[in-house]
Amino acid sequence: MINNIRKNFKGAAIEGVTLFSALLIIAIVIVMFTVIFIGGKSQLTWEFLSSFPTDGMTKGGIFPAIYGTALLVIIMSIAAVPFGTITAIYLTEYAKENSIIAKTIRFAVRTLAVIPSIIYGLFGLGFFIKFVGTHVDNSLYGGTLHWGQPNLLWASLTMALLTLPVVIVSVEEALKTVPQELRAASLALGATKWQTIRKVVLPGSVSGIMTGTILAVSRGAGEVAPILFTGAAYYLATLPGLGDQFMVLGYHIYVLTTQSANVDQTLPIQFGTTCVLLLLTFVLNMSAVILRYRIRKKKNN
Amino acid sequence: MSENKIHTENMFLYYSEKMALNNISITIPEKKVTAFIGPSGCGKSTFLRSLNRMNDLIDGVKIEGKVMIDGVNIYDKNIDVVNLRKKVGMVFQKSNPFAKSIYENIAYGPKINGVNDKSHLDEIVETALKNAAIWEEVKDRLGDSALGLSGGQQQRLCIARTLAVNPEIVLMDEPASALDPLSTAKIEELIVQLKEKYTIVIVTHNMQQAARISDNTAFFYLGELIEHDKTKKIFTNPDKKQTEDYITGRFG
Repeated sequence: MINNIRKNFKGAAIEGVTLFSALLIIAIVIVMFTVIFIGGKSQLTWEFLSSFPTDGMTKGGIFPAIYGTALLVIIMSIAAVPFGTITAIYLTEYAKENSIIAKTIRFAVRTLAVIPSIIYGLFGLGFFIKFVGTHVDNSLYGGTLHWGQPNLLWASLTMALLTLPVVIVSVEEALKTVPQELRAASLALGATKWQTIRKVVLPGSVSGIMTGTILAVSRGAGEVAPILFTGAAYYLATLPGLGDQFMVLGYHIYVLTTQSANVDQTLPIQFGTTCVLLLLTFVLNMSAVILRYRIRKKKNN
Repeated sequence: MSENKIHTENMFLYYSEKMALNNISITIPEKKVTAFIGPSGCGKSTFLRSLNRMNDLIDGVKIEGKVMIDGVNIYDKNIDVVNLRKKVGMVFQKSNPFAKSIYENIAYGPKINGVNDKSHLDEIVETALKNAAIWEEVKDRLGDSALGLSGGQQQRLCIARTLAVNPEIVLMDEPASALDPLSTAKIEELIVQLKEKYTIVIVTHNMQQAARISDNTAFFYLGELIEHDKTKKIFTNPDKKQTEDYITGRFG
């Protein structure tokens, strides 16, 4: 009897603890969003989004950071999506499932996915800037500094490397949802493998490729470490081109909170910037989730 | 038997080390319906798929012996598999239309073969759909998705898609096994019509079906070709006891 009560109590206690942990997660999300929105909502004006910082970044807007972030993720996608898609096509369509080369590629993709992002930053600095950039300068510009320094292009390519695993895995998943029977039907009609991929497999996985792109963009938009050494700038009075340094939302938050002459004065702008970045990644992730859900539904039908 | 279209000699097929087809020698005549019957796993589908080299897609498949079509060994090194499959079309057990319109499904084959002229394509699509006895049902909605058709219509669409490439041989792997009796009857009727122009090889689990539509029947068992003869002979007076046991339903 007493034993039973004790058992029941113990069971209830364990359930309570696990439930509490789970609820804590919800609470963290709610608190985070509430604090950031309350702090930032007064900042979310067209003026804030469309103007340059002024008064030593204690006033004005964040337009260059939004512009820089947009360019960064666009160039990054242009590099990462085709490359990632082609790799995924090799893995699902050409490589034999258990061949050494396929296993090695998959191992490399998994490894890329877990490398800390700061190491990507260092790699970008060493490889793109010091190696590629310097060689370009030496051979095309007679050694004057053009590409051998941090800029938008190198930062975007570094970011592309970071997001590559996301693209590869998403596209692979999408390609696998195209039924084998359709490949067989196409081949039986005398289509070559490439015709089958181009006309049957890829059209059937467009939404997956888009999911991969969106996830990559949302990851890239929020990362700061890879661009610290490769192109992010503290403040710029003009909008950047490919060969220039650039401002970016994530780094802008860091700059405002740690590098500003008057941190308290920048507080509303910090909140506003955080709000914009959070909204951006949230919206991107939600659209990826919705797309992915649709793909799964299609697969189950 | 009339002119030989397909001819195999001492053909063996292995999945990795396991033998799936054991010494198959058979001659399949032109413009007739030849049915392959036998219990599940007897190798009849495997044999069918080796006639247009669809088994190439499976890892570890090895084939020995001769597989001749029109006197040419289709496993010779200089054979272009893509061309072979244009000549030897295939209809699968599960209807597998592309997620495209009815029109685009049929036009797919001709397009990859370089037919781009719209009026020519229209003509091919219409002829193929008519030959597959589905034109009347779909002529007013060629632009609709093929996935909206019923199972039986989808299968006839797949047959039309195969015919649009203008093959000489059509391989059918249990094309009616997933269909209701009415759709099955339509497919059977269609197969009988098709033999005027095409050599048909059909795998079926349904012995009545084989008896109804085929001119010749081959009985496979455990990877071996037990008996191959006129359908009438196989079903009324087979030479081998195994064949008789299977036909009369004593096993399988």
